[in-house]
Amino acid sequence: MASEKRGHGAFSSDASTAGVGAEDASRPSAPRAPGEDSERGDAPGSRLADVFRQGRPALITYVMAGYPDRATSLEVLRAAARGGADLIELGVPYGDPLADGPVIAEAAAVACAGEGGFGLVHAIQVAEAFVRDPGVEHAPPVVAMTYMNPVMRLGLKETAERLRAAGIVGVIIPDMPPEAAGPWRQVSDGIETVFLTAPTSTDDRLAIVAAASSAFIYCVSAVGTTGERESLAAGLVDQVERVRQHTALPVAVGFGVSTAAHAAQVAAIADGVIVGSAIVKRQADPRQVETFVRELAAAVRC
Amino acid sequence: MSDVLLPSADMAYSTPDAQGFYGPYGGTFVPETVIPALQELASNYQEAIEDIAFLEEFISLLRDYVGRPSPLYRADRLAEAVGLGAVYLKREDLNHTGAHKINNTIGQCLLAKRMGKKRVIAETGAGQHGVATATTAALMGLECAVFMGVEDIRRQALNVYKMRLLGAEVVPVSDGQGTLADAVTAALRHWVECVEDTFYVIGSALGPHPYPQMVRYFQSVIGSEILGQMEEKQIPHVDAVVACIGGGSNAIGTFYPFLRDVPVEKRPLLIGAEAAGLGLDTDRHGAALTKGSPGVLHGFYSYLLQDDAGNPLEAYSISAGLDYPGVGPEHSYLKDEGLVRYETVTDAEALEAFALLTRVEGIIPAIESSHALALLPRLAAELGPDATVIVTVSGRGDKDMDIVREAGLGE
Repeated sequence: MASEKRGHGAFSSDASTAGVGAEDASRPSAPRAPGEDSERGDAPGSRLADVFRQGRPALITYVMAGYPDRATSLEVLRAAARGGADLIELGVPYGDPLADGPVIAEAAAVACAGEGGFGLVHAIQVAEAFVRDPGVEHAPPVVAMTYMNPVMRLGLKETAERLRAAGIVGVIIPDMPPEAAGPWRQVSDGIETVFLTAPTSTDDRLAIVAAASSAFIYCVSAVGTTGERESLAAGLVDQVERVRQHTALPVAVGFGVSTAAHAAQVAAIADGVIVGSAIVKRQADPRQVETFVRELAAAVRC
Repeated sequence: MSDVLLPSADMAYSTPDAQGFYGPYGGTFVPETVIPALQELASNYQEAIEDIAFLEEFISLLRDYVGRPSPLYRADRLAEAVGLGAVYLKREDLNHTGAHKINNTIGQCLLAKRMGKKRVIAETGAGQHGVATATTAALMGLECAVFMGVEDIRRQALNVYKMRLLGAEVVPVSDGQGTLADAVTAALRHWVECVEDTFYVIGSALGPHPYPQMVRYFQSVIGSEILGQMEEKQIPHVDAVVACIGGGSNAIGTFYPFLRDVPVEKRPLLIGAEAAGLGLDTDRHGAALTKGSPGVLHGFYSYLLQDDAGNPLEAYSISAGLDYPGVGPEHSYLKDEGLVRYETVTDAEALEAFALLTRVEGIIPAIESSHALALLPRLAAELGPDATVIVTVSGRGDKDMDIVREAGLGE
């Protein structure tokens, strides 16, 4: 691999569009009117869009692939599906997870060490096994959450092909801002790419993220890394409102949503509720995950 | 202002582009939370370096506080010992705090103050950047926290004590191997939590844009001074200029003015020395450029020691300052373009060079800098006995006494 000097061609052809502040991306697009369809997110047949078309907020559960081992993580996916998850975000373990707090970072370290090196390729295999045999009649679709480098290492094109072949419908790459997504977009037809907003995002940034995102917007509720918090961020209502001014796409809120009570609070203001660390810490026991997801689903739907 | 030179406005070699890319390398690969802060930083940095008052303050601190310009010392006994015509040492070891790191911390902390930040954070490996940041924070009345791996805390106890004396909080990082890469990750994560009131002073020419460019600017005082001193000392011809590479800040600070201000036909060989640790055929080294492949770590795209799944590998070097699995993005570009040559030096070779300089010149260099010095005998063989070589001695070796004693030097 060392001989592939230019990073698998990831940026050699399209570097100019890949930095923050790229000109073409810095023009805010006009906010969409409520109810107006976006071209990408509401495309007919988009399974990801359907998640948010059930007339109620969606429950999105994050599961770390390969944690505590491959077989258990597959069982956890099925448990989450039985418990009533509307969408599964499958975490790809990575050795330097900048956006993640201690629970997910430690789970990632355990998962990475599995099978003499468990990574993106193996996570995709877990997803594929779930998609083939989800153990429920209406299985929730799967999106992959991965950091940029595993994707670059495997190759952007190769990653996209494997994701499509596995039936993974979207990706969330927290360290790939919209301005750096050009090369990925060129190869990722058929895969939705979801971008994140942060409490620190300016209006200009929100416009850029909204314009780039498909299917939904991942609204990071708090500054800092993923992980459980005692209470939801103050100002979350305003923050979601601010995001909505820039998009008609559904807005899902994550980071710090730890309990059924939090989930209910978020469901009152957002279109999707993302729960991560609180699930990952239960992954050793799929039955516990199922029970917890059932509680979350009830809270989101009440 | 005349003694301390900054690069001219000539733009013959012009990197990075507006998005912070050096060819395919560099860029900004970070979570959204810190992007607004990076954009704020980039625009404030640009304004600052176009503001005469800011530059005057920076330059006057470099002169009167750091002690610049640092000498370009002709080391005749060393030249004789290695078989070269002349060797000149750029004495960054004589700076206040004992290394080149303070050039950058003065610049970044002035910028932090200008931006109204009350608190700075930093990562450190050998502790030199931590000490420089703690020193500058004390000077400017800024609150300071330094993230340091527990293994480095063990290896560099004296610098830890210095930082605490200077009023900084030293935050131990026990994740991973407890070395520099873990400290960078911890500092970045911490920054994500307090990005609104805290300035992250990155210590090398790496990280997301605009850090590599900014650090290069503040460190390029090294190379600019060398160019001025070559003229002053009427050194007719220089065959090679050598610096060690961890993240690569003293090297880019040394090389950049040559890349930009010296036409290619008149330019000396520019050579970077990476850490080969216990040897390139082992997995115990820090030679990202020589043995790595491109990838993203700590917010930028560059050569990187990584496994098949794209996880960063543990780097190793006897010198905590070179013990990093990545390298500043501009060095990756310079390697691919063939504008700088990169060689590797083992622990043992570095120790030998350390001992030689100490004995023949009475200068105790940092083990990091000893990697650059270790190239001299090779250059003598390549360039012949009349060649002239300049080496940047990035820091002094006081901090390394325990390590060289453990290695058996001076026994």
